[in-house]
Amino acid sequence: MLTINSIKKGIVIDHIKAGCGIKIFNYLGLDRADFRVALIMNVESQKLGRKDIIKIENVIDIDYTVLGLIDPNITIDIIEDEKIKEKIKLKLPEKVVDVIKCKNPRCITSIEKYIPNVFYLVDEVKGEYRCEYCDEVHTLEEAEV
Amino acid sequence: MLKGRHLIDPMDFSVEEIDSILNLADKIVENPEKYAHACDGKLMATLFYEPSTRTRFSFEAAMLRLGGKIIGFSEPNSSSVAKGESVADTIRTISCYADIAVMRHPKEGAPKIASLYSQIPVINAGDGGHQHPTQTLTDLLTIRSVKKTLSNLTIGLCGDLKFGRTVHSLIKSMSRYENNKFVLISPKELKVPDYIRKEVLEKKNIDFIEVERIEEVIDTLDILYVTRVQRERFFNEEDYIRLKDSYILDMKKMKMAKDDMIVMHPLPRVNEIAYEVDSDPRAYYFKQAKYGMFVRMALIMKLLGVDEIC
Ligand SMILES: [Zn+2]
Repeated sequence: MLTINSIKKGIVIDHIKAGCGIKIFNYLGLDRADFRVALIMNVESQKLGRKDIIKIENVIDIDYTVLGLIDPNITIDIIEDEKIKEKIKLKLPEKVVDVIKCKNPRCITSIEKYIPNVFYLVDEVKGEYRCEYCDEVHTLEEAEV
Repeated sequence: MLKGRHLIDPMDFSVEEIDSILNLADKIVENPEKYAHACDGKLMATLFYEPSTRTRFSFEAAMLRLGGKIIGFSEPNSSSVAKGESVADTIRTISCYADIAVMRHPKEGAPKIASLYSQIPVINAGDGGHQHPTQTLTDLLTIRSVKKTLSNLTIGLCGDLKFGRTVHSLIKSMSRYENNKFVLISPKELKVPDYIRKEVLEKKNIDFIEVERIEEVIDTLDILYVTRVQRERFFNEEDYIRLKDSYILDMKKMKMAKDDMIVMHPLPRVNEIAYEVDSDPRAYYFKQAKYGMFVRMALIMKLLGVDEIC
């Protein structure tokens, strides 16, 4: 088993669906980090079978709502003195701009690319969002984060 | 206040705002000459990214009858749009010349984009199969002019209730008035979508029934709104053959209807209303076109803010 030391002060992003870790890693710009970061892939998990984990040894500003869009099952632990100081529950945002794309081929955003992709939450349980322009409702899986 | 506003979705305006447009339309119907110079010196741009002669003529006739003038294109091939100019850039330029813009576009949401970049009011004249708010205003003015009310009516909607957006808008709009009942007549494959049933009808506790045949219910209706049932919407040929005659309105069915029921249709019709019905005094689908022009005159005046002076 690959072991990664626990961190003193920082953030652990856990229960990421296997394969999505790299997406989050890139979204957070961690490829340019000058502090210690670990992306651990395909860890055995009771809940998910396999999962990815990201450990960040630093305090950084994260837009948690976007992480929720990528995968609402993610858990976030804020670590201080090697202990979990706070757990953050992810929530789907009411409005998202330029994170997901409309998949309706009849939508104006399919041909005019300068338009910001704006979506409004319609169903938090199903993770459904409505396109501001064509009103088509997408689940997050369909809309590709 | 409607001055300076856009009309993109039929639900953009409150009931009071819609009533104020219909009230002005009534006055124009009564005395059109009085409004012949209401828009003197005003310029309307008609930006038609796909041809729709009927809708364009209705808007242009409305503006000309108000004394205004028109610029625009009736298909994108002949304009800078053909060179790939974006909707945002087109409307920003047009905003410099015109006082109000009317846009028809094959893509859903295009008029909404235009409204976000525009300095002048934008009216959606149809964006693909998405919204067509002036059709809804036309329907409302027709109903109110004939029935003298938008409340206490039994409204039959017949045909393709699943994909027909004019039907959805009409249900949403008429649900805002008191004590209306809906009779939804369609094959089961083409019933109204869940969100209309749950979020509009059931949520507001509105009386409605769903049936498959006109004959079962036609004697109860105050209004029969007919839309086209397309062959390709059916899952199998058998169902189409079995049901197609149920969705053709003819005199045999009209004999069962009330004397003061009115028949409406957003046009163009194909074969869902037999030609023999045209001469029946209850056939209102061609008169609807006239109301369409009057309601557009009222809308243009309201958005330009020229109604106060008349
Ligand atoms: Zn869209």
